[in-house]
Amino acid sequence: MLQLTAISKHFGGLQVLQDVNFTVPQGSIFGLIGPNGAGKTTIINLVTGLLRPSSGAIQFDGADLTAVQPHRITKLGIARTFQNIRIFKEMSLLENVIVGMHEHLHYGAAGILLNLKSYRSVEAKARERAMELLSWLRLDHKAHLLANNLSYGEQRKLEFARALATEPKLLLLDEPVAGMNPAEKTELMAEIINIKQRGFSIFMIEHDMRFVMGLCDKIAVLNFGKIIAEGTPAEIRNNPEVIEAYLGKEDAA
Amino acid sequence: MLEWWDGFWAIYSTVIFSMGINAMLALSIYLTLSCGLLSLANAAFMGIGAYAASVISMQTALPFPVALLASALLPAAVALVIGIPTLRLSGVYLAMATLGFGEVVRVIVLNMDVTGGPMGLNGIPLKTEWWHIVLLLGATLYCLARLRRSKVGRAFEAIKEDEVAARLMGVNVPAYKLLAFVLGAVIAGMAGGLNAHYTFTIGPGNYAFENAVDILTMAVFGGTSNLIGPLLGSTSLTLLPEMMRYFKDFRLAANGLILILVILYLPKGMWDPQRIRAFWYKKAEQKARGKLTNSAGKAG
Repeated sequence: MLQLTAISKHFGGLQVLQDVNFTVPQGSIFGLIGPNGAGKTTIINLVTGLLRPSSGAIQFDGADLTAVQPHRITKLGIARTFQNIRIFKEMSLLENVIVGMHEHLHYGAAGILLNLKSYRSVEAKARERAMELLSWLRLDHKAHLLANNLSYGEQRKLEFARALATEPKLLLLDEPVAGMNPAEKTELMAEIINIKQRGFSIFMIEHDMRFVMGLCDKIAVLNFGKIIAEGTPAEIRNNPEVIEAYLGKEDAA
Repeated sequence: MLEWWDGFWAIYSTVIFSMGINAMLALSIYLTLSCGLLSLANAAFMGIGAYAASVISMQTALPFPVALLASALLPAAVALVIGIPTLRLSGVYLAMATLGFGEVVRVIVLNMDVTGGPMGLNGIPLKTEWWHIVLLLGATLYCLARLRRSKVGRAFEAIKEDEVAARLMGVNVPAYKLLAFVLGAVIAGMAGGLNAHYTFTIGPGNYAFENAVDILTMAVFGGTSNLIGPLLGSTSLTLLPEMMRYFKDFRLAANGLILILVILYLPKGMWDPQRIRAFWYKKAEQKARGKLTNSAGKAG
């Protein structure tokens, strides 16, 4: 579904990614793990068009993404959440989600200014759909509150609902449980499985090993800008190179 | 009664006209602010609109509506051209670039023959009636209120809050910024066209730095989170100097003091729905608690 071929990225003289190759298969949860500074968020920024690769190609459902504007990539069916939550805090939950539907609301200037039926029916449907998405994440009872008032865990769930509103085929999650307590983590795990069962493919970056091992069908490990291992959670757990990257090498002395 | 009204109108009609014009100007900068753009080009757009309409009225026999149309279209065209490169900037950098643009416009107007150079244009026909202003201000308010309720208004607000998140929600950020900038220029330009046709004379100094700051002050003073704020700000700042006549020589100082106090104590402007709601909520709560202790006292 999403395919990265020979991706390299450098900022000036700093080589962040070197010859990265992997494929995210459809209908599964794919995890990318790696120590701090390995280049994980850079990969997500490349896929969503916020950064451009120095070389290599990114393909999504056969379409080349390397020179496409971010809002176009969203339209092609990729949505994301952010490591440091970026919801619209001064807007209500409902409005947050409807912003995600932006590309799917089709009405013209006349419809807006004259309050025509074309405008009203599209807006009514959008509100209905937004409520449905909020109910998926059990936030519908707070739909009219300002997003400001939500707890950290709820804000993350709102980000999920907003990302789903863009009608993505692939959902990118950038460290979804960063900064959460164990109860919130367990809850979010259930939500992610829920989303997968509704037919979305998921590509996730995460630090929390228990979380990744419990959720992902397949995992790739990134270290110093290179993929050092790829496989099922069990394979990754026993891979000596991965253990070395995370725990360090035993001294020969 | 009628006599009293005639006298009142003769003295204060200009103030009342300016209230309407300033309301349109405050709304024009509200529009760009609502999209997160700190643009200070609105005075220059007002000037372009004023000169375009005045030249048409003075040198051709075309009717007033055509002149007003020109005062909307020429600023829009200019905004389109300068918006594409400058809107890549954000925050204070955009403010500086748009201020520079205002200065360029002033110097060009100063050195052109058709604009009357430093003398400006004198003898512009007095064509603006009070209902022209009411009509255009009403239309502006209606359109902006409709926009706020649509995907366009939501896109503006999303861009203001978090540009990167807005882009990744599928919002074409550069296009919407340009839209806000051009629409702001249209409103400011029309205000300029209307203004020129009741002041009789305009000059290059009328649309310079101080005016750009005045327009921004009106919007910020009133509050920019909705449409009522700019109206309230422009109305009170137009009336304030009139009401301060009592202070005579200290008028401008008193004016400045009030501005400082409002900015210090009401940083979100006079009309901030969240603060007002919180205030009434608190009051209701205090009342409820008062009743509770009262009845408890009686029971005791």
